[in-house]
Amino acid sequence: MDLKLLDAVASREEEEAVAGFAGGGRDQLLPALHAVNDRVGWLSQGALNLICETLHVPPADAYGVASFYSLFALEERPERVVHVCTDLACRVKGAETVCEVLTEHVGAAGKARGGVTWLRGPCLGVCERAPAALTFQAGDPATTELVAPATGASAVLAAQREPSPSDGSPPLIHQKDGLRLLRRVGVVDPSTLDGYRATGGYAALRNALRMGEAAVLREVTDAGLLGRGGAAFPTGRKWAATAAQPAGPHYLVCNADESEPGTFKDRVLLEGDPFALVEAMTIAAFTIGARQGYVYLRGEYPRALRLLRNAVAVCRERGLLGTDIMGHPGFSFDIEIRRGAGAYICGEETAIFNSIEGFRGEPRTKPPFPVEKGLFGKPTVVNNVETLVNVPLILTGGAAAYRAIGTEASAGPKLFCLSGNVERPGVYEVPFGTTLRELLALAGGVPEGRSLRAILLGGAAGGFVRPDELDLPLTMEDARAAKTTLGSGVVLVLDDLADLGGFLLRIAEFFRDESCGQCVPCRIGTVRQEEAIHRYLAAGSDERALLREVGGVMRDSSICGLGQTAWNAIESAIDRLGALG
Amino acid sequence: MTIVDIGIPRRLVEFTVDGETVRVPEGLTILDACTATGTDIPTLCYGDTLEPANACRVCMVEVEGSRTLVPSCSRKAEPGMVVHTGSERTRTSRKVVLELLASATDLSTTPGVAEWLAETGADPDRFGPDAATVAQPAIVDNELYVRDYGKCVLCYKCVDACGEQWQNSFAITVAGRGFDARISTEFSNPLPESACVYCGNCVEVCPTGALSFKREYDKRADGTWDESRQSATTTVCTFCGVGCNLTLHVQDNEIVKVTSPHESSVTHGNLCIKGRFGWQHVQNR
Repeated sequence: MDLKLLDAVASREEEEAVAGFAGGGRDQLLPALHAVNDRVGWLSQGALNLICETLHVPPADAYGVASFYSLFALEERPERVVHVCTDLACRVKGAETVCEVLTEHVGAAGKARGGVTWLRGPCLGVCERAPAALTFQAGDPATTELVAPATGASAVLAAQREPSPSDGSPPLIHQKDGLRLLRRVGVVDPSTLDGYRATGGYAALRNALRMGEAAVLREVTDAGLLGRGGAAFPTGRKWAATAAQPAGPHYLVCNADESEPGTFKDRVLLEGDPFALVEAMTIAAFTIGARQGYVYLRGEYPRALRLLRNAVAVCRERGLLGTDIMGHPGFSFDIEIRRGAGAYICGEETAIFNSIEGFRGEPRTKPPFPVEKGLFGKPTVVNNVETLVNVPLILTGGAAAYRAIGTEASAGPKLFCLSGNVERPGVYEVPFGTTLRELLALAGGVPEGRSLRAILLGGAAGGFVRPDELDLPLTMEDARAAKTTLGSGVVLVLDDLADLGGFLLRIAEFFRDESCGQCVPCRIGTVRQEEAIHRYLAAGSDERALLREVGGVMRDSSICGLGQTAWNAIESAIDRLGALG
Repeated sequence: MTIVDIGIPRRLVEFTVDGETVRVPEGLTILDACTATGTDIPTLCYGDTLEPANACRVCMVEVEGSRTLVPSCSRKAEPGMVVHTGSERTRTSRKVVLELLASATDLSTTPGVAEWLAETGADPDRFGPDAATVAQPAIVDNELYVRDYGKCVLCYKCVDACGEQWQNSFAITVAGRGFDARISTEFSNPLPESACVYCGNCVEVCPTGALSFKREYDKRADGTWDESRQSATTTVCTFCGVGCNLTLHVQDNEIVKVTSPHESSVTHGNLCIKGRFGWQHVQNR
């Protein structure tokens, strides 16, 4: 392919940012865009041209990719950008007030003033400390500062001064007993391998290497581990199907693009126990025959990025990644961390592939499924962070002991993300089968003097549960029977003062913003859904029939899960809470 | 793609469409199979010379056992599959998808859509007068063709034809996302500054008239474009030795556009700038 490049020339800073990518291919496009955006704060035509020349990517293609992600700017903007989360949990906790104060003191959202601009944005994944704001300061090195919980005053301060390089406080776990997945979080220093090993780390990989691939596969399958990303697919089956593919190489992708509003469990694991993920991925790679793994980490998790980078580097140094791992001849595996750039859709398993390969993060049509044709067209396993972190548990205690936790169909421990109007928001670990009431009690219930209005279960793509449904056992099968879903483990509590209409509007807005735009039902349907809710809130017109028809077609005819679930929460608000009527 | 030329012998796949058992060569999509056996399924983004983008979702059919409807243009027919092309679910989906498209996009030059809207009882106006649209002024930045993105349904065909599937020019892309997704050059720069080589293959595959030849665009604007007065003659291009087939569209003894037959084994509908646009000399009098 002969490239016709732009005439625009890169600045010296831009050149320096791109210098490290010489000899790279298209799959380095996202990292290269990040490098310039981090250094300068935005992507000029000159910078894009240089990236295209360096990686041999057509400029139009690179522009299409860059314009897909919300963390990249293609027009000049200040070096400091404050992202204020206006999503579900933050909205419940007063994000709008933060926005009002910012508008008053810093100016309108998106307007550059005094070297800074602030933006309203989707969930930052720190819902336990809502409302949250995250400052990005371009430079060498780029810095970030997380302000959470934010007030109007602290957000204004964050906008007005250079960020003090901080990626937030370590995750705090309220729960003390019965922890398996979270047992190291807040207890063991997440930056040292020795701390990890002293608490049983790498015993599972040792067992796995001793047992051999087939036995590991059997153990994981017998344990009944279901994916924790929302779809609940049996992990053993996914691994077995990939392992059996004759085409090579095989890839492992850890989906750490936790972007479902109200979800922050994977962040807590990544920040609190990053070595556990590295070990789990190494076991998975051994089992499916992968030599290369990717962690696709959302761009809004600076602390997780720092700790995971450290964990990967330390493991590489100590022979736990690389060649002949743990002295096992011929077993080689390494991990690359790939940072997302602000796109919820990139949590969809096939959109991740496109994003890593340097294309727009649009989902692919299935079939073919990832186990057959995934990353770079090769057999690939995609697993969520929480799913993987369950694997060492299985391989140290055995499938039978693991199966003893939870229920027959939903085995093991499960993380739930409690946020909103709840006394102690945070991540809680319970066995599957715990009721919603018990879980709520663990988090201290609704604050004194207020009563429960509803719970959003499973996230923006989930559904509402009424106060009279709190005896619902939290299992995949019970949720399904109750026509709801556990999704990614969101338990967002709304009290009697919550503005349900505004909340539903935000859900609709979220899907409209995050649709990739590839297929008609989702691209236009999400817009019509939002418009109908606006009309209802403004004029009280009955839009339910229209919403049902458009929602039903989004569910039936969209390419991927985003469009297929974009109407779930609103439908359940109508059906279960009598909203919008 | 026609199914007449099956090349090497292929196994036959037997499956059911609307209660009828049909047998088609292995490897055909549901859409190909239905077209071949006489069941009509409407589609917008299907390109007979391109890989299915399955973005428009007009051709969705019901396959028993599938949780969602499936795009017939990209799903291969499998033995034993039970397909419904006209069930209540598919009809509702087709109607709503067409309503969504028609409410957001100017489909006045899209062949077939008016009939499909009528057939399905679609009412694009029901989303109200304030429904967001992609209406925008047409971009006329060169003498050969016009980009009228108010008519674009984002079928991806022009991007695929310009990119790796045919032309390898990579001048255009889909930029932005969601409702703001649009076909664009890099930084929306004018076409003459882009990698465009004016082969016009994007215009050839555009299903809606969002891309049109300047001559056609001008004639439509002044009300003199009249397909009923046009004749089409296929001949061989004289510019070089490749032997591409050209179809000359002539109105009032004047060439008004040039296309290329998609079934031609030489071009599959593709041409270069000379074949597509180099015909002015013919009518210099």
